[in-house]
Amino acid sequence: MTADRVPPLHKVKKALPWPLSLYQTAIGKKYVMAITGIGLLGFVIVHMIGNLHLYEGPSQVNEYAESLRDLGGHLVPRTLILWIMRIGLMLMFVFHIHSAYSLKEMSRKSSENAGFMSGAKRYASKQDFVAASYASRTMRWTGPIVGLYVLFHLADLTWGWWLGDGYIRGDVYNNVVMSLSSLPVMLIYIVANIALAVHIYHGAWSMFQTLGVTNPHTKKLRRSFAVIVASLVCAGNLSFPIMVQAGVISNDSNNTNSVNTSEHSTADIDADNA
Amino acid sequence: MSRMLQLKLRIWRQGGPASRGSFLDVDAHDIPTDASFLEMLDIVNERLLEDGIEPVVFAHDCREGICGTCGLMINGRAHGPELGTATCQLHMRKFKDGDEIVIEPFRAAAFPVVRDLMVDRRAFDRIIEAGGYISAPTGTAPDANEILIPKDVADFSMDAAQCIGCGACVAACPNSAAQLFTAAKLGHLNVLPQGQPERWRRTEAMVETMEQYFGSCTNHGECHTACPKEISLDFIALLNRDYIKAKTKNRRLASQA
Ligand code: HEM
Ligand code: SF4
Ligand code: FES
Repeated sequence: MTADRVPPLHKVKKALPWPLSLYQTAIGKKYVMAITGIGLLGFVIVHMIGNLHLYEGPSQVNEYAESLRDLGGHLVPRTLILWIMRIGLMLMFVFHIHSAYSLKEMSRKSSENAGFMSGAKRYASKQDFVAASYASRTMRWTGPIVGLYVLFHLADLTWGWWLGDGYIRGDVYNNVVMSLSSLPVMLIYIVANIALAVHIYHGAWSMFQTLGVTNPHTKKLRRSFAVIVASLVCAGNLSFPIMVQAGVISNDSNNTNSVNTSEHSTADIDADNA
Repeated sequence: MSRMLQLKLRIWRQGGPASRGSFLDVDAHDIPTDASFLEMLDIVNERLLEDGIEPVVFAHDCREGICGTCGLMINGRAHGPELGTATCQLHMRKFKDGDEIVIEPFRAAAFPVVRDLMVDRRAFDRIIEAGGYISAPTGTAPDANEILIPKDVADFSMDAAQCIGCGACVAACPNSAAQLFTAAKLGHLNVLPQGQPERWRRTEAMVETMEQYFGSCTNHGECHTACPKEISLDFIALLNRDYIKAKTKNRRLASQA
């Protein structure tokens, strides 16, 4: 105890103009994480519900994909709205990840012996957690797993990097069946979506706390809300790889009505995208 | 009737903030179940002295759960296995004969170890200095009930005011965040009329001081279970809300909270 004061661990940065200055504070970053988290949550839910069209058959799911490109009808150029949504989504991912990373670093530097990835403090003996759940303690693992999976998913079904000649641009049904009938790919989808559900289980509870949105009545509902959202998203998303493997979603069973429509729409889309 | 316990202790010893430290294994014989945890350490220290070994340094003062000086990680839990109990109020009857008890100091980079089990918690003082007070003119004492406060608001404020500044919340937190302490110190003033004039300035100053020393809260909730006063996580939600308000609102209209 030589120094009179314990020196601050984190330097105060020169304040940027408002509202950027908000993002310089840890609580500001947490707000950004919660708000982008809500945006991503909305996307994940809509994406899962949209994909349920797979159960209606090839023409319906391909039509659904097509109508996403046509959002806004003739009022706006084709795919404009879709691109606005994609850019918004990308920005949400960037800010969610950047805030998560810098807050993790802040926590890591606030503890002497913290994990590199988790940023979590470690005692010499084992800490006996009471309230901290498996989900809350693995946020910094499930997050990156989901992030890597999103890249894999885009390369797989949006860019068609490894499906080769089998990948038909615009024929969503065919591509999903092609991709998910491979066992390793199915496993990746299953692991990643379980990670996503675990992430949501804590995130969808935690965001209310972060945003300070709580009162004695809603407080009791927060946990159930998180459980319901996490399990619905998980059940929906896991059903696709499982049902492809089980043959419920398959190219053969729907061949008769898929050939015409999918060839037709594929040709259209290729022409449009060219 | 007091029974006697035979215990195996693993006590953290560390020469100073910069030394590495390691566990000291001690066989603690005949520890009365009526002893408090700190009295148990007193007994152990007496015996270490008799054996010519330097006693273990630990911090304590009131020994009745109000000063916040004591605080140990006991078997991986801040203040030990009992909920809502400070280390000094934990009794040895909560342990079984033959138990191994691992004792470590509260850890966080902002809480450097002074020696053995004693840590320097002055980073908390910096947070209080930044705004943990109200400014009131001195003079004759005002009449009680001069300012009317709804009963549930007064209760809520008192729930927060119970915080004894022990640092268990920081110790239990994997992020070493001081959200629960700061939220309690803000909350007990921010909800009362007397706290309004300085509310937004206080919130901004205390939170920003906290952020210079501690980690970032991820809402584990571990602090609440470690807290000897069981301060509610609702105060953290209030802190988050008040901080964003403090940063965004027109303070000339501050009375319209
Ligand atoms: C679509 C996918 C995702 C959804 C729906 C989602 C949702 C959420 C939500 C709602 C929160 C809670 C925010 C709060 O506590 O206020 C959260 C926290 C978090 N997210 Fe995500 N997230 C997603 C992707 C990611 C990715 C890709 C990463 C990282 C690379 C990530 C890392 C984190 C971390 C580390 C936290 C907790 C950190 C903290 O509380 O300080 N998330 N997420
Ligand atoms: S909030 Fe509870 S655990 Fe934290 S310093 Fe106050 S009394 Fe101790
Ligand atoms: S010694 Fe005062 S609270 Fe424990």
